[in-house]
Amino acid sequence: MNALEAVLLTIITASTPLLLAAVGELVTERSGVLNLGVEGMMIMGAVTGFAAAYTTGSAAVGVAAAVATGGAMALLFAFLTQTLAANQMATGLALTLFGIGLSGLMGQPFTGLPGVKLGAVHIPGLSDLPLIGPVLFAQDLLVYGSVALTAFVAWVFARTRLGLVIRAVGSNHHSAHALGYDVAAVRYGCIAFGGACAGLAGGYLSLVYTPQWIENMSAGRGWIALALVVFATWTPSRVAVGAYLFGAVWIMGLYAQGVGVAIPSQFLASLPYLVTIAALLAISGNRIFTKVNTPACIGQTFVPDR
Amino acid sequence: MEMMDDTGYLLEAEDIVKRFGDFTANDRVSLRLRPGEIHALLGENGAGKSTLVKIIYGALQPNGGRLRWHGEAVAVPNPGAARQLGIGMVFQHFSLFDALTVVENVALAVPGPFNPRALAERVEQVSAAYGLPLDPVALVADLPVGVRQRIEVVRCLLQDPRLLIMDEPTAVLTPQEARGLFVTLKRLADDGCAVLYISHRLEEVRHLCHRATILRHGKVVADVDPRVETAASLARLMVGADVQSVAAEAQEQAGPVALTVDALSLPAMKPFGVPLRNVSLEVRSGAVTAVAGVAGNGQSELFEVLSGERLAPTPDSVTIAGRPCGARDITERRRLGAAFVPEERLGHSAVPGFRLSENLLLTRHASGDDLVRTGFINGGRTRALTARVTERFDVRFSRRDQEAGALSGGNLQKFVVGRELDRKPEVLVINQPTWGVDAGAAALIRQALVDRARDGAAVLVISQDLDEIFEIADRIAVISRGALSDTYPADAIDRERIGMLMAGAHESGGTPDRDARA
Repeated sequence: MNALEAVLLTIITASTPLLLAAVGELVTERSGVLNLGVEGMMIMGAVTGFAAAYTTGSAAVGVAAAVATGGAMALLFAFLTQTLAANQMATGLALTLFGIGLSGLMGQPFTGLPGVKLGAVHIPGLSDLPLIGPVLFAQDLLVYGSVALTAFVAWVFARTRLGLVIRAVGSNHHSAHALGYDVAAVRYGCIAFGGACAGLAGGYLSLVYTPQWIENMSAGRGWIALALVVFATWTPSRVAVGAYLFGAVWIMGLYAQGVGVAIPSQFLASLPYLVTIAALLAISGNRIFTKVNTPACIGQTFVPDR
Repeated sequence: MEMMDDTGYLLEAEDIVKRFGDFTANDRVSLRLRPGEIHALLGENGAGKSTLVKIIYGALQPNGGRLRWHGEAVAVPNPGAARQLGIGMVFQHFSLFDALTVVENVALAVPGPFNPRALAERVEQVSAAYGLPLDPVALVADLPVGVRQRIEVVRCLLQDPRLLIMDEPTAVLTPQEARGLFVTLKRLADDGCAVLYISHRLEEVRHLCHRATILRHGKVVADVDPRVETAASLARLMVGADVQSVAAEAQEQAGPVALTVDALSLPAMKPFGVPLRNVSLEVRSGAVTAVAGVAGNGQSELFEVLSGERLAPTPDSVTIAGRPCGARDITERRRLGAAFVPEERLGHSAVPGFRLSENLLLTRHASGDDLVRTGFINGGRTRALTARVTERFDVRFSRRDQEAGALSGGNLQKFVVGRELDRKPEVLVINQPTWGVDAGAAALIRQALVDRARDGAAVLVISQDLDEIFEIADRIAVISRGALSDTYPADAIDRERIGMLMAGAHESGGTPDRDARA
């Protein structure tokens, strides 16, 4: 494997958790809910994923545990914000703080243990191609899954009644209620999906990216995913562009530091943020497009008359 | 088995009771509708009309009473169930989604397989059949209000309704658009569809409806044939007393110009906002000048630039009492003798959680009432002024110096108008002075505006209520899509002409077509 292949491989593995978490949050936000708990759900997914895989010896069980944990945390958030009508910002922040704290506690016995790595799946024929073969077609299932998931979400929003209903609920919950849609039920579903994706992103960190448990190993990726959703104007394809761009600039910065390029490390560390914001701002210049895709009810509590 | 004489009715609501906390919105309300009947539901704001139709449509659940459909008892647990029965509803505040296209909005209410392309064809068929032109792929946010209502109507028609409920449908339409709607409703009724029509425009009801049920304080007070009633007799039934009309002495002669807007253009600032286009206006002392127009045609934007919430591009484009004000803020404009009452009572005119005295202080702290000295509030004087306003304008409250949010709409509106009039401003700008206010409070507010003008102030009323405008205005201009027409003396312009201006007759040429004025 040459250096270029190694860089490209690392970019893909660095970008995948961002993409997973961001696509999940995109669905949540499209339904009109702002869940600031992505970081908390992610880190909890990481610790339970690692623990389940270590205990059973199966990475697949680890992935399932990560998804279930993220989903469960999200359902707690949904219960608080949809059923009890709690403030979404405060609840989301609490979920993040809670997740970071609890994951540290739960992860104590697993610190420093060797992890179980989710294996790569070589696609026969294609993985033997020069350069792109090992990079694109010899990845683990979650990389393929994240791309498929993004395409699936885009398809649901563009082509299906379910997607239309989610957009309607996020765009005007009073009207959706007046038409007879169960706003809370739609949002429960979208929040749970977002949580499951965040948990999976966490599991990816502790099962693939660095197959071990390190306290606070999500390191702010949940916040980056949140920002990506907004800068990508709630559009799945743009979220994918943003996630990969961020991953690419970030990893290239690390390599540049590694080979001793004379650029201050602080600048290199901030570069992914700057480049991603600039690029996403450049593609979201169309005001009408932004208006149409922005969920107008985001963050607002909805309590119907009865 | 049902009794024989029940069989002719499509819908019967019997003894419907709905309570919100201590408040009984519907108190044993009964209503019967036959197929093909256009049935009016009349009453003042808060009489319980909207509550009743929401119960029929399944959006609210009653605390008591029964609904029958074709003589059989039915439960309507949600709007979906109502649509299954064949009940469609066009809402007062439309249940449309700005960010979706016409066909997507329709699809949300139409069950069955999801096929936007086929649905777009059906939308085109139905809209052509009923003379309601619609572009299926247009974005709702880009459409004017009249067209948005068409979407709601077409959406109901696609479901082949047996009963169509319309909640104040003409409040947002020009007279011409309203006539188009009546033609559609009559055709529907001829086809056997019943229409339940909520309105407080009595002339409209007299011409359109076969029966009228009148509600007052949540109870049915009468069930009449509106075609043999007069507007005055219907109003009496609604209010329970004669409604006072405004007494305005003929205006002797217009005074000097006290407020001007000169060739003002402003881009829209909010999403879905309206840009102002070359607006010029002179408001004279001693007279009430009115700006008519359908809601959402730039009224809020005009108000904001007059009050100073938004600054004008050049200082000279707005003048108050001869002084350029375009760059002055709202407090400086108040110091020049101007006063402003915005449209939304709660959250704009008044802070809901603040007491009345605190709300009074918010607009009058700097206008010479000596309420604040070196940063300290004179609480006694503020409360005394508040008491003076509440007494003079008959503001009723349950506790002294109550929070603004606890007052009813009419009482709060009397307070926010009274708060400004109590200052005796030389210039008063007021947006929708009696929107959603009961008839008694509306009459008091209108009289106070006329009196202030007769005392020599320049009063500018922005209103979408043509009845109100003809009652109080000396001079009338019309706003449409951010462009303002010339100002006409009130006796030189009629509803027909105003309707054409509302539809934009003045926008293209720049000068109005003189023949239409004659």
